Amino acid sequence: MSLLTPALQDEIRQMMARYPKPRSAILGALHRVQEELGWLSPEAQAEVAALFDMPAGEVDSLVTFYYMYFRKPMGRYVIKVCRSISCYLRGSDQLRCHLQDKLGIQRGETTADGMFSLVEGECLAACDGAPAVQINDRFVENVTSEMLDGLLEELRKGSSRFPAWPEPCKP
Amino acid sequence: MKVKEQQQILFKSRQIENIGELDVYAQHGGYEGLKRALAMKPDDLIELVKASGLRGRGGAGFPTGMKWSFVPKTPGKPKYLCVNCDESEPGTCKDRELVEEQPHQLIEGIAICCWAVGIETAFLYIRGEMLEGYLALRKAIDEAYKAGFLGKSVMKSGYKLDIVLHRGAGAYICGEESALLSSLEGGRGFPRLKPPFPAISGLYACPTVINNVETLSTLPHILVNGAEWYAGFGTEKSKGTRIFCLSGHVKKPGNYEMELTSTMRDLIFGCGGGILEDKELKAIIPGGASAPMLTREHLDVGLDFESIAAAGSMAGSGAVVVMHQDTCMVGAILRIMEFFEEESCGKCTPCREGTRWMRDVLIRIHSGHGQKSDLDLLLSVCGNLAGKSFCPLGDASTSCVTSGLRYFKDEFEHLVEHKKSKYSLGAYDPRLVAAHH
Ligand SMILES: Cc1cc2nc3c(=O)[nH]c(=O)nc-3n(C[C@H](O)[C@H](O)[C@H](O)COP(=O)(O)O)c2cc1C
Ligand code: FES
Repeated sequence: MSLLTPALQDEIRQMMARYPKPRSAILGALHRVQEELGWLSPEAQAEVAALFDMPAGEVDSLVTFYYMYFRKPMGRYVIKVCRSISCYLRGSDQLRCHLQDKLGIQRGETTADGMFSLVEGECLAACDGAPAVQINDRFVENVTSEMLDGLLEELRKGSSRFPAWPEPCKP
Repeated sequence: MKVKEQQQILFKSRQIENIGELDVYAQHGGYEGLKRALAMKPDDLIELVKASGLRGRGGAGFPTGMKWSFVPKTPGKPKYLCVNCDESEPGTCKDRELVEEQPHQLIEGIAICCWAVGIETAFLYIRGEMLEGYLALRKAIDEAYKAGFLGKSVMKSGYKLDIVLHRGAGAYICGEESALLSSLEGGRGFPRLKPPFPAISGLYACPTVINNVETLSTLPHILVNGAEWYAGFGTEKSKGTRIFCLSGHVKKPGNYEMELTSTMRDLIFGCGGGILEDKELKAIIPGGASAPMLTREHLDVGLDFESIAAAGSMAGSGAVVVMHQDTCMVGAILRIMEFFEEESCGKCTPCREGTRWMRDVLIRIHSGHGQKSDLDLLLSVCGNLAGKSFCPLGDASTSCVTSGLRYFKDEFEHLVEHKKSKYSLGAYDPRLVAAHH
């Protein structure tokens, strides 16, 4: 059975038509597939490769090159803490350690209940609001440990500010 | 220190509520610049931008009008504009504000550039992490199509223009213009050999202009007020205003638009309100993580391209990062090097290996296991990397080390001798070393 619904396949074909060469749509297509499936499993990648008429290995090489693509199932909320210089100077490491302690996971890991993943990112272009964090690619700035505690509570209840990633499809 | 009255051009409408919406933008003079541009011959428009003295705000400061004039008039194939909104140079956060808050100013600038160069398709490459900026632009582009500022006949002129919004997926190198083209064509973001320059052979091997978001967002104002007006601000060679991204240990971090006659002191103490907790200023990175560091001796340096270069650094992306007296400089330099090591695209050996090596030596020194010879080793790696990498990322990675050893050598030596940093911010802690190593 196909992982990519016919509607999603159609959408990707429309994206391809916007460019002089269809292959230019590949990054956008991978974003959309990840939004639907939660991550880019080898099976999902193979289906994208088939749509673009390119070898699966080439899709894999893109998925490994670009940081935003998930190569394993992630939590419903991916918390990305900026580690670059402006945030570093404003205590981002302490925030990240606080999250590790609160969630009981290390960087790159997901909580056992599948709720949270903790990752580090490089400069998120929010340096004037350092330290900055993204939750599912939405910004939170001037973050403190207390704010993080409040955010975790909010997310556990389900938050309209931060749409959740879908339940990741089975590996 | 009193805040100097600042000339606001790009930020003129910043305080206006909902300026991101087309109606509001139009009510405040929006798309008037485009209207004037369309009434001009493209060649005259290029001359106007040349006369304004506008230089690129993406990093290199290349004269914008001159860049456009390199594109062949009738190449026999399509020409393209690629808008660089990949903003990922550590410390830089102005393009994100410009697209999230004032997307129509950018769209208008794009249309002006395209008319001048004879381009019918613009690709707007926005950094993947800027989801909110992407959504703001998508909405604004839709509005502009519906109102006839884009599409088959721009402002009923018969001129056709499309903007294709394109999301990146996380890779610093894609901000380098030739890597951006590789990425836009659906490949890894690897830089390309120049020549051929993009103006001759860029996207899909067609003539291509690549401009930064801030550069393009300036154009409507030049059209409305004139080239002479714009050239009336700034210094002889650095005209106009520029948005500086002030971050780090200042009381009021933020994006500040300043005339290019201002100084570092105006920015840090005037706009920024001075150093956090009134501590002593120790180091300034004047143009993003790629720029060599300066010190408090440089507070009177002008913010224009030439003055910063004369002080031994570069204006780069306009990101000014400030560090106070408690900062362990070896720790800060290590953090910057970790960025370059992580973001080196891996295409060329000097950069891939050099950044890794420097990072390892810096970790060694920072963690109290360094030797005196490590300082020379760092400089020798810099020597073997600068000028020898495929693209400027390799050179950029050496800036923090060479300038750090120029101004803060005593901190390196102290760490080698006493195995422990004197400073509270950024002293070695095993939990804080990057995980991906
Ligand atoms: C490693 C590297 C990263 C860069 N990142 C960006 C960026 O994020 N945004 C940008 O506008 N220019 C960036 N540049 C500069 C571009 O290569 C290019 O000079 C610029 O987009 C041209 O536009 P401008 O003339 O309007 O400044 C980068 C350059 C290098 C070497
Ligand atoms: S350094 Fe963290 S957002 Fe720029």
